Amino acid sequence: MSAKTLMRGTHVLGEAAIRSGCRAYFGYPITPQNELPEYMASEFAKRSDGVFVQAESEIASINMVIGASATGARVMTSSSSPGVSLKQEGISYLAAMELPAVIVNMMRGGPGLGNIAPAQGDYFQATRGGGHGDYRVIVLSPAYGQEIADMTRQAVDQADKYRTPVMIRGDGMMGQMMEPVVFPEPIDPASLPVKEWALTGAKDRPSRIIRSLWLDPPKEEELNWRLMRKYEAITEEISDQEAYLCEDADIVIVAYGTAARIAKGAVHRVRSHGVKAGLYRPKTLWPFPGSLLASMSRDLDNIVVFEMSAGQMVEDVRLSVEGKCPVTFYGRPGGVVSTPEEISGVLTSVSAGKAKKSA
Amino acid sequence: MSLKIIFSGFGGQGVLMMGYVLAYAGMNEDKHVTFLPSYGAEVRGGTANCTVVVSDEEIASPIASSPEFVVAMNYPSMVKYQNMVKSGGTMFLNSDLITEAPSREDINLCKAPVNTLAHDMGADRSLNMVMLGIVAATTGMVSKEALLQAIEKVLQGKKQSLIDMNQKALEAGMKYVADNQ
Amino acid sequence: MLALEKLKKAPDGKIDKNKPESQGISVFSHRHTGVLDVKKIFSRPKSLKDVPFHYCPGCGHSVIHRLVCEVIDELGIQDRTIGVPPAGCAVLAYNYFDLDMCEAPHGRAAAVATGIKRMLPDHVVFTYQGDGDIAAIGTAETIHAANRGERVTCIFVNNAVYGMTGGQMAPTTLPGQVTTTSPGGRKPLRDGNPLDLSAMLALAAGSVFIERTTVANPKGVNRTKKAIRKAFQAQLDDKGFSLVEVLSPCPTNWKMSPVDSITWVEETMSKIFPIQVIKDVA
Repeated sequence: MSAKTLMRGTHVLGEAAIRSGCRAYFGYPITPQNELPEYMASEFAKRSDGVFVQAESEIASINMVIGASATGARVMTSSSSPGVSLKQEGISYLAAMELPAVIVNMMRGGPGLGNIAPAQGDYFQATRGGGHGDYRVIVLSPAYGQEIADMTRQAVDQADKYRTPVMIRGDGMMGQMMEPVVFPEPIDPASLPVKEWALTGAKDRPSRIIRSLWLDPPKEEELNWRLMRKYEAITEEISDQEAYLCEDADIVIVAYGTAARIAKGAVHRVRSHGVKAGLYRPKTLWPFPGSLLASMSRDLDNIVVFEMSAGQMVEDVRLSVEGKCPVTFYGRPGGVVSTPEEISGVLTSVSAGKAKKSA
Repeated sequence: MSLKIIFSGFGGQGVLMMGYVLAYAGMNEDKHVTFLPSYGAEVRGGTANCTVVVSDEEIASPIASSPEFVVAMNYPSMVKYQNMVKSGGTMFLNSDLITEAPSREDINLCKAPVNTLAHDMGADRSLNMVMLGIVAATTGMVSKEALLQAIEKVLQGKKQSLIDMNQKALEAGMKYVADNQ
Repeated sequence: MLALEKLKKAPDGKIDKNKPESQGISVFSHRHTGVLDVKKIFSRPKSLKDVPFHYCPGCGHSVIHRLVCEVIDELGIQDRTIGVPPAGCAVLAYNYFDLDMCEAPHGRAAAVATGIKRMLPDHVVFTYQGDGDIAAIGTAETIHAANRGERVTCIFVNNAVYGMTGGQMAPTTLPGQVTTTSPGGRKPLRDGNPLDLSAMLALAAGSVFIERTTVANPKGVNRTKKAIRKAFQAQLDDKGFSLVEVLSPCPTNWKMSPVDSITWVEETMSKIFPIQVIKDVA
């Protein structure tokens, strides 16, 4: 473990990736995540075993990721919403070719060019695949500086373990904000297990092919089912959430990332006024950790979903709860950051509405 | 205890460093801290601000919609933030550059000629640490020792004379508060 | 073929299809001793898999595949060469090259190759791309790889048409050339002009060797092989980006006989895309 240090989120991502054995970064500038490529460029310039390329586009950078990953390297790219749209083709290929990679999306207000303020409008894009075809991407959503470090390690490990792209999503605020962080011990990439599928030149072994194309439909179907079995295992093994003050709660607010921090502040506020509120914070957005929420929804009067979007994760909440509890949505899209006061107002009025109904 | 403070001014006044040093000092005291600088298009045009939260509990939002304290190093910053300060909170004003007073009755004002104070000690550029000393002495958010350590840490790798100068400037700010109480 | 079978049979009267010799052409010389001597002058390159090609009759791909493999064998780099095939007719190139191969999305081969080469700088990395792949959708990736001086080699097969998708207009389609999406012939002011990507790449400071050849005739085949060898050598010497553009017949989509398509390359296509060394500073 490193000493506690005060570091901005984008730098935490970079440092944690390097400490997790990531030795390759390919990217293209876009606000608000530029400090991450800058960090990688400066850190890799100091060492002989790091590769940094500023590509000509997000499309090129994700394809460089494909190439580097195919050689067995631990590799990262990052961008922000419009740039992540451009990467989607490559992410679909990564999924199909079963190549590990870590993709960071420091989301901004959208759609279109949008703005650089913190937002969560890319939930569908991240959790529904984003690109073409039947595939999923593991999506991790840190809310705190320390969690950015921990989840970066987790992302790099899971990408290798499952041979699949993993996305870490934050926003401009999380990227810029400095919080105290303790880093995990560094991993020496040479100590990692050899990837028996990696392209290293067919020396003393048969040649290897990394591909996604199967012209024969039964073979392509086989690939799809293999991916689906993998996604089922991932869902089983890594779904994760924080359930905070949920044991005695009448009302639970579901939120992730920056929104979850604001929601937690709101939970404290309304609790001091006698409203029994709790926070349910998905830490994995895909797989969506819905089973605990589903099991506790029977005992809840209300679920409020708060997103910095016009309402995307709310669909997963409703699918999980299956009508066992009323679900109310509250959102602020476009980069507007709510205050804990504003959200506590929402919790109070929803819970009052319920009280009135049951009276 | 959870205290939020906004530091604001124009580029070159060391506004971000004030916040950074304060956050570092808070971290060294094992408090929860967040440091949120303005970024992107917001920083174009020469203004700078940052928000620091120092708290005994986990910090919800790093954004301060109604901060306990605001530091305004120039007049536009005072205008921009005067209505945000929490009722009963304190606004710190660089009186060398701000001659008018905020149009509020329910907040405390702490005026200090930090340009002059820094200049008098031969450290024009350390006006930010003078102001931070004033803030620290007034609010008690973090201890003097933690701040002195933080300055050393933040300026690590720079000349020792620069570190000494900034530490002296911080102490000068604290002394100013003691002398004017 | 009949003659070949006879030749193969001759030494011991049997054909052994598993023996590599049986897959090559051998010549017999009758020396004064009266003993039959067998000298192999033609066989399947080691780095070319022993499978039938799927390419159309008269198509240049199979010849170009073979030339690439011959060069790889001659340079002795099969065990450290990684290839990146395109989306296009050669999408299945990994079924033929007995090398480590990594698929690339359409047009992105140069970026994928960059990622591979940067991680394995001691390896040899080449892309194999058609004109639509490299000169339309992949223009940016290719130009920037060249500009960065990536030590990779591109084999650019130019047949002036989108082959795999069924004969649509390509960036290299000639003015007046009829394709399924330029039915009255390519009209430059409507459809644009043929893009000379190789000339553009030559402008990039990071490119060191660029040559345009053809496999439409035996002389061209020999020249193409030499060019490919030179391009790989430039990479082995760590000089910079290298590319060989090969004008290649596509009788199927040109709707010509193989013989006519060869004539068309020689007499028409090479007027717009002249056979020449475009840049050589390697």
